[in-house]
Amino acid sequence: MDIGQLIKDPLGTLGGLLTSLLASIGLAPGAIGVIEKIIGVVIIASFALVLPLFLIWFERRVVARMQDRMGPNRVGPQGLLQTIADALKLMTKEDITPTGADKLVYNIAPILSVVAIISMWAVVPFASNILGTPLNVGALYIVGVGSLGTLAIMMGGWASNNKYALLGAFRTVAQLVSYEAPMILSLLVPVLLARTMDLNGIVQAQPVAFIVAAPIAALIFFVTSVAEVGRTPFDLLEAESEIVAGFHIEYSGMKFGMFFVAEFLHAFTVGALTAVLFLGGWRGWGTDQVPLLGVVYFMLKAFVGYFIVVLMRTALPRIRIDHMLDLNWKFLVPTSLSVIVVTIVVDKLIQQAGITNDWARSGLLFLANVVLALAIFGILRRSARQLRAFEEAEGSGHAAEHEPEPHGQPAEAGAHAAPAH
Amino acid sequence: MPNEWLFIGIFLLMGAVFPGAPILINSLILGPKKNNPVKNSTYECGIETVGDTWVQFKVQYYIFALVFVVFDVETIFLFPFAVAYNQVSFFAVLEVVFFILILAGGLFYAWRKGALEWA
Repeated sequence: MDIGQLIKDPLGTLGGLLTSLLASIGLAPGAIGVIEKIIGVVIIASFALVLPLFLIWFERRVVARMQDRMGPNRVGPQGLLQTIADALKLMTKEDITPTGADKLVYNIAPILSVVAIISMWAVVPFASNILGTPLNVGALYIVGVGSLGTLAIMMGGWASNNKYALLGAFRTVAQLVSYEAPMILSLLVPVLLARTMDLNGIVQAQPVAFIVAAPIAALIFFVTSVAEVGRTPFDLLEAESEIVAGFHIEYSGMKFGMFFVAEFLHAFTVGALTAVLFLGGWRGWGTDQVPLLGVVYFMLKAFVGYFIVVLMRTALPRIRIDHMLDLNWKFLVPTSLSVIVVTIVVDKLIQQAGITNDWARSGLLFLANVVLALAIFGILRRSARQLRAFEEAEGSGHAAEHEPEPHGQPAEAGAHAAPAH
Repeated sequence: MPNEWLFIGIFLLMGAVFPGAPILINSLILGPKKNNPVKNSTYECGIETVGDTWVQFKVQYYIFALVFVVFDVETIFLFPFAVAYNQVSFFAVLEVVFFILILAGGLFYAWRKGALEWA
């Protein structure tokens, strides 16, 4: 076997080797294809499921550092084996199904929540030639299986026959479903810039990372994805101080563990998807000669995203539910719609003007984004001023009968500018 | 193309097996099985639960889901446009802008109607 060939195209070389090996024991080509696919699936899925063991340790250490504690540091070197110990403990716990629960739905929910997240990894490109499968509707597939996770949380909350869990499921509808709208809209922007839905194609179309051409869309995608994970500052569906544990309150043992695996893996997947869609995925120096380096670049970029998610979790308090919905429907959705409009018009103008240089195109789109951002800030400032004037006019006279409405959210000012009373 | 979907199909199946196996090992082999009615009762911070859990709930949640469906369907229309972007003329781009503006109009209608208020 040629080592150089192996480094250039590891999957192709090993796959070819395996194909000839299986053919030599006399299997049909169709069966060989299926066996190879099963092996590929097992490798990616076990990678995705082993990763949380490390992620949970990493997150606990970072959170501990932020809170001036040590964090888990006893089991194994630097506490690395802590999560394995926790998993073993969970394995020996009693599996409780509460009376009156909808048994089938109750038992499917934790499995579905993990399936939804690891299925995303089937199309994520680790390097130019190391990926599960080159699906030509990759972006839509990500959205599709990603929303199964929302369904799983709703199922778990609904089936538990517990009022706290039901409240968690309600909040799921309000939060996860709402935040999916701007997430999909901002996902459209990289698809638009790359002219393809294939994730590997999107990475290949980024000689200049899309975060330059679409900074607002990148920010919206990141924030809404964090909200989709459902962790602080958007952890309303499992807010400990309000509804105990939310949707997974009745779960015990490994079923409880699976919800956690899904959450941590989802948090990392947010970093990975942001890396693929906006940070250039596996692109980096020397990936033309050695595609294997792309895995390193991709994982580094994904970890940067994940690290920011963890820092957000430690640094920010929980957002109030009406503020959260206002932020989504009255700020993120209109903003992402205007980003799409600006991007399609400006990009078409650039195309018509015959500019093909990648940097020039990205620069012009960046300028358009800056102008849009300034306009948005201007509108926000104006509405905040209107809101203040409105409140001062209302102020002393009606203070007693006036419902304590959510104040201080500039994006909400539009509703106040058109008073219903 | 069918090959890729075969991969996805196998992935979804295996994706269910991987989390399913530890759950089964936990509940069938390793975990103790000492159920009793009190242990299985609904957890409500130590107080017995009152009434049915699956009660009527606010229509507000339904409205948010409805607005979401509108935006989801719209985006499905926009994705093919994004892929075919190189082939469309400037006029078609303006048409899509018009399409998005109609949708933004719908959003602002819902906004003014108070459908987006959390009350």
